[in-house]
Amino acid sequence: MSTSYLDAADQAVEHALALGARYADARVMHRRTESMSARNGAVEALDQGETVGIGVRALVGSSWGFFATPHLDASSVRAAGRQAVEIAKASSRVPGPASMIPAEPEVGSWASRCEVDPLAVPVSDKGDLLTAATAEMREQGADIATGVYQIWDTRKWFVSSEGHRIDQHIRECGGGISATAVGERETQVRSYPSRRGQYGTRGWELVTELDLASHAARVADEAQALLRAPQCPSGQTTLILGGEQLALQIHESVGHAIELDRILGWEAAYAGTSWLDLAELGTLRYGSELMNIVIDATHPGALGSFGYDDEGTRAGRRDAVRNGIWTGVLAGRESAAVAGLDYAGSVRSTDWSRLPIVRMTNVGLEPGPHTLEEIIAATDDGVFMDLNRSWSIDDKRLNFQFGCELGYEVKNGKLGRMVKNPTYTGIGPTFWQSMDMLSNEIVAWGTPNCGKGQPGQVGHTGHPAAPARFRNVRVGVRG
Amino acid sequence: MSPETTVRTETAERVLEAARTAAGSSADVDVTVEHEHLALTRFANSYIHQNVASDTDTVTLRIHADGRTAVNATTVTDDAGLAALVERTVAAVRRSPADPGWAGLSGRAALPAAAADPDLATGCAGPEARAEQVKAFVDAVGKLTAAGFYRNRLVVTAYANSEGQAVHGTVAEATIDGIAKTATSDGAARQASRLMSDLDGAALGARAAAKALASQDPVELEPGEYEVVLEPTAVSDLLWVMSDYGFNGKALTEGTSFVKLGEQQFDPAVSLIDDPLSGPAAGPLFDPEGTPRDRLDLVRDGVTRAVAHDRRSAREAGAVSTGHADANSAAHGAIPFNVRLEPTVGLAPTEVEGPAADSSVQALVARVRRGLLVTDHWYTRCLDPRRLVMTGLTRNGVWLIENGEITRPVKNLRFTQSYPEALAPGRVLGIGTHAPAFASRYGPVSAMAPALRLAGWNFTGGASG
Repeated sequence: MSTSYLDAADQAVEHALALGARYADARVMHRRTESMSARNGAVEALDQGETVGIGVRALVGSSWGFFATPHLDASSVRAAGRQAVEIAKASSRVPGPASMIPAEPEVGSWASRCEVDPLAVPVSDKGDLLTAATAEMREQGADIATGVYQIWDTRKWFVSSEGHRIDQHIRECGGGISATAVGERETQVRSYPSRRGQYGTRGWELVTELDLASHAARVADEAQALLRAPQCPSGQTTLILGGEQLALQIHESVGHAIELDRILGWEAAYAGTSWLDLAELGTLRYGSELMNIVIDATHPGALGSFGYDDEGTRAGRRDAVRNGIWTGVLAGRESAAVAGLDYAGSVRSTDWSRLPIVRMTNVGLEPGPHTLEEIIAATDDGVFMDLNRSWSIDDKRLNFQFGCELGYEVKNGKLGRMVKNPTYTGIGPTFWQSMDMLSNEIVAWGTPNCGKGQPGQVGHTGHPAAPARFRNVRVGVRG
Repeated sequence: MSPETTVRTETAERVLEAARTAAGSSADVDVTVEHEHLALTRFANSYIHQNVASDTDTVTLRIHADGRTAVNATTVTDDAGLAALVERTVAAVRRSPADPGWAGLSGRAALPAAAADPDLATGCAGPEARAEQVKAFVDAVGKLTAAGFYRNRLVVTAYANSEGQAVHGTVAEATIDGIAKTATSDGAARQASRLMSDLDGAALGARAAAKALASQDPVELEPGEYEVVLEPTAVSDLLWVMSDYGFNGKALTEGTSFVKLGEQQFDPAVSLIDDPLSGPAAGPLFDPEGTPRDRLDLVRDGVTRAVAHDRRSAREAGAVSTGHADANSAAHGAIPFNVRLEPTVGLAPTEVEGPAADSSVQALVARVRRGLLVTDHWYTRCLDPRRLVMTGLTRNGVWLIENGEITRPVKNLRFTQSYPEALAPGRVLGIGTHAPAFASRYGPVSAMAPALRLAGWNFTGGASG
């Protein structure tokens, strides 16, 4: 099967070259998916899927075209190569610069580590897991108790006109539970391990380790407790963030900001641009000395890991921020050429039918010197927040406002009262420069729902993060 | 029936028969076959930088047997692929956990009459036609920088179930959406239609450029509550958000929606309709459960009348499905996706000088003593579903209005605001006479939105700090 897929990709590329492309690549993707959601002790949706197709990219002169089809017979893949070329020729009606940095042709195979094939676990067992956890939350007083798991089993075959010949097998999965308490005039939600769940490039062992059922009663209790809790205080204060919330903070205010396509203006009309200017790469102070952010597609088990990106660049590790100074970007071969940079490796597509675009891989913090316990103990007055509930950031990735599921007052080095509707707001570099304590308790959180691109693509990204403390942050914004 | 439709209808019937044979005659079975041609030309820095097209065929099979349900989809549509689909789904339903919420299949029912046949030239438009419109937009922007996209879609859907319901539909649409940029400002213009001939890249480019030029060197403004004129582009966000969180039958049943049926929740000027028969097409006149979709009055004269349901949420609520199932509705609830806020009856709008989108917007601006004109909302997220408090930012141009005149551009602001409360009785001071059509960037969802003049909008911070 893999040989025939590589042959199909070869034919598409050869046909595109014969019709005038100066570069072409083709990616066959075969993905099996499974997801289940349960509510209040019963399964409400079980969806399985299989999708196979080929996406062909052609560079004609300095213009790009892309065409995708699910049909892999010889005439269909040749037609896809032809269509990609025709689209590229139409692009030249409004021409611009397009080229690629050189690359050694990669030939190889890669598979993510997987102890227990998630698709081989009986659906009945997986259903029992979710129904038991949601029934427990319901019994414990949750008005709405939900649980979900998702599985993606993806095989890719990539061929380029430069000689790339790569196949990969990436298995990803994860899940989580949520309890909603419905009050007189409000609802409160508590989730485990987070609102999105936890996901990685691992097998079902990841979900087993989460041990969802053992947290069900606690999150249901906490959802009810939030209804009774006082509002998060409003004002400027010291903020301690838990690791899961900090992972999303990294995603939104660092990960997207360092995407080279955004910096170059390629997402200007939709996802937005970036406050970063390439002229300041290597000199700009992004955050405090504690801030060390790494782009690392090789992080074992994290959701943004792979062997090769969708341009055939081998996975690697690169600094994005070192000692608070901005040092690197997420790039592809095309965007790097336009920007005058010499590295790539961060281009992926959500599906065979979508064009590969610049994407976060694993973008995360290196550990700090403290523990969360030490950070709390060192704080006289502040608020601790964790577990993302809402997220919003401007189109330059500067002004953000996040809401968390729960917060606690911090008084005299101890956690105090639980507070509800905790929110905080700020400006990216000001916020990161105020980070004065960072924990060493790193967890690589997975974000399975990163939206970008047109037509829309949903990306899977990873974010190693740990609890941290920030000074003079505005909290408790209300409408 | 077109050849495209005939092929999909035959496939649906064939898979239905095979699944009934494999699962047993007592099983509930339905099949959806969808062909989508999607083509999108994207431009940035005033050139086409991404240009894509895809043809996708997806067959979705759902079987409910012995109290259990499984759904399986495939893009492998040859004989072997479809046989494997049936085999996998039958195996899955036998191993699935019980599904006590199953609400049965839709019975035979006729579809409402479509307003017009789909325009296949729009759905199948090629890259040259898209490039032509992009070029017109870029040329109209002139020395400013242009970015955006032009998209056309053709979707052919066939549905069949074991209760005898068999329907099909074809949707064609096109949309253009772009910005013009200066060093310190952006201006936006967008439009969607079932006919690409309705779309005018040059006019939209000129409008985006006028906005960008008028919003250069914006000034900081103190946060606080301001009277606002929200342009249609920003109002579309309100309509989609209220649909998602509020007019969602499942959310209402579970107590997380702001909706109170039969109550005067909105100003009497507000009438909100979900209407798949007019405006830009989002989907066929039936949902993935085969239920016909017709006009649904969500709000009439400020009184909340209805919410959207799929079969599952309707059963739970003791209601009937409104034809709003989608791939995620079993878990997330059904939402309206062709929403229209009724405009005020009045003259057709004309282009105007300056940043207002058209004369309909300008007329609302003229009545504001002190307030803000807002082009777009961006990255709006829910803080409190019960009150539907959202936070988000302005984008693509904000201006201060003083004594009915647009006086200066303002830097982007963050807001934290309950949408229903902004539209509550007495809070809607004016509705525009023109409701242009927009396609959502996030899926097959549309809106027709006039401009709104609102008594207050809570801005909680400046985007620059």
